[in-house]
Amino acid sequence: MDFDLNMLSNLLYAMVRTGTPLLLVALGEMVCEKSGVLNLGQEGMMLMGAVAGFITAYATGNLFIGVLLAMLMGILMSLLFGFIAITLNANQVATGLALTIFGIGLSAFIGASYVGQPIKGFEPINVAGLSDTPIIGKMLFGQDLLVYLSFIIFLGVYWFFRWSRPGLIVKAVGENPHAAEAVGLPVIRTRYLAVMFGGAMAGLAGAYLSLAYTPMWAENMSAGRGWIALALVVFASWQTGRILLGAYLFGLMSILHLVVQGLGFNVSPNLLGSMPYIATIVVLVFLSMNQKRIKLYAPISLGKPFHRSR
Amino acid sequence: MIKLQPRREPSALMVYLSPVLAGLLTLITGAILFTALGYNPLTALHTFLIAPLQDSQGVSEWLVKASPILLCAIGLAVAYRANIWNIGAEGQLLMGALVGSAVALQFPDSESKAVLVLVLICGILAGMFWAGIAAYLKTQFNTNEILTTIMLNYIALNLLQYAVHGPLKDPEGYSFPESAAFSAGATLPTLMEDGRVHIGFGLALIAVLLVWFLVSKSFLGFQMKVMGMEAKAAKFAGYPEKRLTWLVLMISGGLAGLAGVCEVTGPIGQLIPNVSPGYGYAAIIVAFLGRLHPIGILAASLLMALIYMGGELAQIKLSTPAALTSLFQGMLLFYLLACDVLIRYRFIKTKPTTLSQGAN
Amino acid sequence: MTATTARLELQGIRKQYPGTLANDDIHLSILPGEIHALLGENGAGKSTLMKIIYGVVKPDTGAMIWEGNPIQIRDPAQARSLGIGMVFQHFSLFETLTVSENIALALGDQAGDIKTLPERISTISKRYGMALEPHRPVHSLSIGERQRVEIVRCLVQDIKLLILDEPTSVLTPQEVKTLFVTLRQLASEGCSILFISHKLYEVKELCHKATILRGGRVSGECTPADESTLSMAKMMVGDETPVSNTYEKKQGGEVFLTLHQLNQISHDPFGTSLKNISLQVRSGEIVGIAGVAGNGQEELLAALSGETLTPTADSIRFPTGAVGSLNPTERRQLGMAFVPEDRLGRGAVPDMTLTENGLLTGFLHGLVKGGMVLSGKTKHFAEQIIQDYKVKTPNAQAHAASLSGGNLQKFIIGREILQNPQLLVASHPTWGVDIGAATAIHQALIQLRDQGAAILVISEDTDELFQISDRIGAIFDGQLSPFKPTAQATIDEVGQWMAGVFNTEEAAA
Repeated sequence: MDFDLNMLSNLLYAMVRTGTPLLLVALGEMVCEKSGVLNLGQEGMMLMGAVAGFITAYATGNLFIGVLLAMLMGILMSLLFGFIAITLNANQVATGLALTIFGIGLSAFIGASYVGQPIKGFEPINVAGLSDTPIIGKMLFGQDLLVYLSFIIFLGVYWFFRWSRPGLIVKAVGENPHAAEAVGLPVIRTRYLAVMFGGAMAGLAGAYLSLAYTPMWAENMSAGRGWIALALVVFASWQTGRILLGAYLFGLMSILHLVVQGLGFNVSPNLLGSMPYIATIVVLVFLSMNQKRIKLYAPISLGKPFHRSR
Repeated sequence: MIKLQPRREPSALMVYLSPVLAGLLTLITGAILFTALGYNPLTALHTFLIAPLQDSQGVSEWLVKASPILLCAIGLAVAYRANIWNIGAEGQLLMGALVGSAVALQFPDSESKAVLVLVLICGILAGMFWAGIAAYLKTQFNTNEILTTIMLNYIALNLLQYAVHGPLKDPEGYSFPESAAFSAGATLPTLMEDGRVHIGFGLALIAVLLVWFLVSKSFLGFQMKVMGMEAKAAKFAGYPEKRLTWLVLMISGGLAGLAGVCEVTGPIGQLIPNVSPGYGYAAIIVAFLGRLHPIGILAASLLMALIYMGGELAQIKLSTPAALTSLFQGMLLFYLLACDVLIRYRFIKTKPTTLSQGAN
Repeated sequence: MTATTARLELQGIRKQYPGTLANDDIHLSILPGEIHALLGENGAGKSTLMKIIYGVVKPDTGAMIWEGNPIQIRDPAQARSLGIGMVFQHFSLFETLTVSENIALALGDQAGDIKTLPERISTISKRYGMALEPHRPVHSLSIGERQRVEIVRCLVQDIKLLILDEPTSVLTPQEVKTLFVTLRQLASEGCSILFISHKLYEVKELCHKATILRGGRVSGECTPADESTLSMAKMMVGDETPVSNTYEKKQGGEVFLTLHQLNQISHDPFGTSLKNISLQVRSGEIVGIAGVAGNGQEELLAALSGETLTPTADSIRFPTGAVGSLNPTERRQLGMAFVPEDRLGRGAVPDMTLTENGLLTGFLHGLVKGGMVLSGKTKHFAEQIIQDYKVKTPNAQAHAASLSGGNLQKFIIGREILQNPQLLVASHPTWGVDIGAATAIHQALIQLRDQGAAILVISEDTDELFQISDRIGAIFDGQLSPFKPTAQATIDEVGQWMAGVFNTEEAAA
């Protein structure tokens, strides 16, 4: 196959599609981490969102209700995390792990009888006149509704931290919860809301997987994306713009095997399947070499439980 | 109103009571879940927890299942005590199985147990190597070990798939992605006449003993504990942070590798794609449930093995979904974390505000 | 409102924490325009009381009367809306945000128009003589400037009562003078000021009235101008405790520790780099380094303890040779001991027993054999520390976190001294401890000096350094000032050094 403009256009299109779930989860986790809470349960929340969205859409025939329920399920899962990690002050790492293990089990349990069932998922919607733009047209204007939604959410989060007062509060709470409490900011409430936003985003990302990306349900279908998203947040140094960049970069990495095969090389799909994970490690190593940068941008109280003083 | 009040010192009683409480809560939730699904909860729980152990065959299978979990969990406990979050026991186990198999397959007709020793050592080394990647990245570049070990799990799984579909596939095995069966020389001897329990369980018990000695008697164990509780204090006291990180990851990786190679040389007898039904992840739960203490972990791994067996039996007898096992596992860990709150806090009833009492 | 109506009156305030009664039956009354001192030593209940006034902590019982009306203050927002402002000892500022973002955050809706806020900040800071740039990020400010942010934050709104928690403990003597000018100006405009301190001469200089707390109760009220510092001190600590000691100054013998042109770049973006540090400490003398927090003390301590290794081994020397590239254990083996600044978390592990905490650094002294911990000897070591240094604890099995600050500090100092060090480096050795413990710690240090050990003390408490050190100097922005025998140095001179007014060439020589 020749490497022509058409192929480039398709590649960019696929890159955004593949990057979208990563973008959503990473945005949610970034907001969560900015408030000082490390939630390693993304994978579990994502799977629960995927299964809830799929079953609802399957039963009602309505994709939108499916998406809504997926987000709700994500929020519910995040509240479970919040209760144990924020209210009961348990170790955030252990609680997040528990959430993932629990989510993997519960989603497989609930979805057992839906494995392999067909569903008609979200279809691409071409924005008239724009989707034919060469190279970037299909990528930006030939996507499905959820991808467009992810663009909007990205802009929203960007605005939130750049301009809004609640964004400032989230940052303040994540930097120094004791100072925040002393000046009267609602630390606990802020953290809960941030965790819930993370849950909603993970749920949405799950729905994207089971209702748009590959419209079906399979056990463990998130395949580590929740974990990659966590690495992405570090990669992005907790900066919204870089999350977008990173998500699409990883999207590209995960479809690389298609490109390689498209170019006619014969490499085992199992070996190529490791690429995104190897890439994640490489990127993490590359970043952690610059500890100064991490210290400069990481929320200072990240992962530390907060005990109220009264 | 009920509110949490910090205790002056952590409650020693709750440290031990909390896992029991978590187990009970899981049991109760399980019963409710079974009822909701339309099963008789007593029959279901019986099938899950008692029926699997009703004959010596069952007990033997129980120990077979417990062995890899115990090996992984005891290693993880060493790492977690030092606050090194090795989530990669699964990958280290798979690498142990994979490399052990590759070596075992080099001796297709051997009767000599020297082969077995070689295979076991290679399995351990493979687990150590896999954990060593995380150790190297952590000590050299400060790379977060949670994420690297998780990623290494996925990579190990992909490598295993590649091996059973490619280089290690049995040429005479039709289209099944499996290796050839190992020779007698590369097979673990069993401990009993009937049943499959093998010396891997004995090795696991020895590991329990050694680790107990390490963590509760040696200065190294003390240094790990300090590093885990307060990294700054360890640094202040001059404890070798990097060397300790390497050490705990080598121990946990080696033991997970041993678990993997024991699986393929013991009960399985060949390399197959699903060597482990998530033993490495279950071991994380077991390590916490056992309070990171070797004796506690021994008990917790027996419980976890029982849940695996019960899940399988219930699947056959009651046709419950296979995922029930992992659901119970997740629930157990959640309840444990919630109950652990009682170690540091107690619930007290607060009176409504009495601010005005002192006013005249 | 007549002049006789108190701005704030407290009646019978009581607050119980698990294990301690922080406040018991507290009565207090502040008039408009009055500067009122709340005196008491560490642990007397001052902090709890003002957190109650500011709505951060709820009292168990008691009444608060604000300008004649009984009120309950639910939270800081309500306190602010009444006109109560508070300057915390550990500033409640967000380092990554700018000055005006910090102020906007704390004020909430009362911040008014966000766009005009920077302008208002500039106006107010000029009016009260506290220069501030609204757009600077807080992490780039000095400690004194950060305090100004906290004060200006209170002044941007209509302020009626300003609470300051130990405001002078982080300032140079010159900065203290400037602060007092501002506070007097505020009071003359009718603002009430609650000034929390344990420094008697400051209270005498500044305050109209004083309420003294001891053990959570009011132990006296007075007009500071009419009292001597001694009489106030007696009210603060009781009759039994000796108020202050003077110690003989010594010259010292052979040089033990030599720092020679130590340069070290900090890898922490918020840290301070060490520049050309040269210093000698002799056996049998105590050298004190004064300075405002964040001027390189932490970095210097880490370099001395071996937690960070120096770029050239030769920049730190013991009589045995260069030690800059040795790790903490190796330096301990050469006779160094170390008392870090944070008791809980570095000097001791909070959730470990005292026995285990004794082993933490005592392992070099026969507590470990063949890699095994000798449990009997370890227990005995801890018990010996407890006995020799009068550590109040039920037994050696108590967790470090359950001890009071003073008792834990005595334990840590005792642990280091019992190892017979030839060099002891101590950072803020009496920070946050009660006077009884502080005196015991000072005596232990003096005794160790008299036995011939070299001692280096780094502290923000200049008074303490004048009391115990034989030679004194200061650190500013990672550089050392000249050092002088303490007997020849004045507080003003050291204050200048702390503010960076010294010739670096001369200092390095």
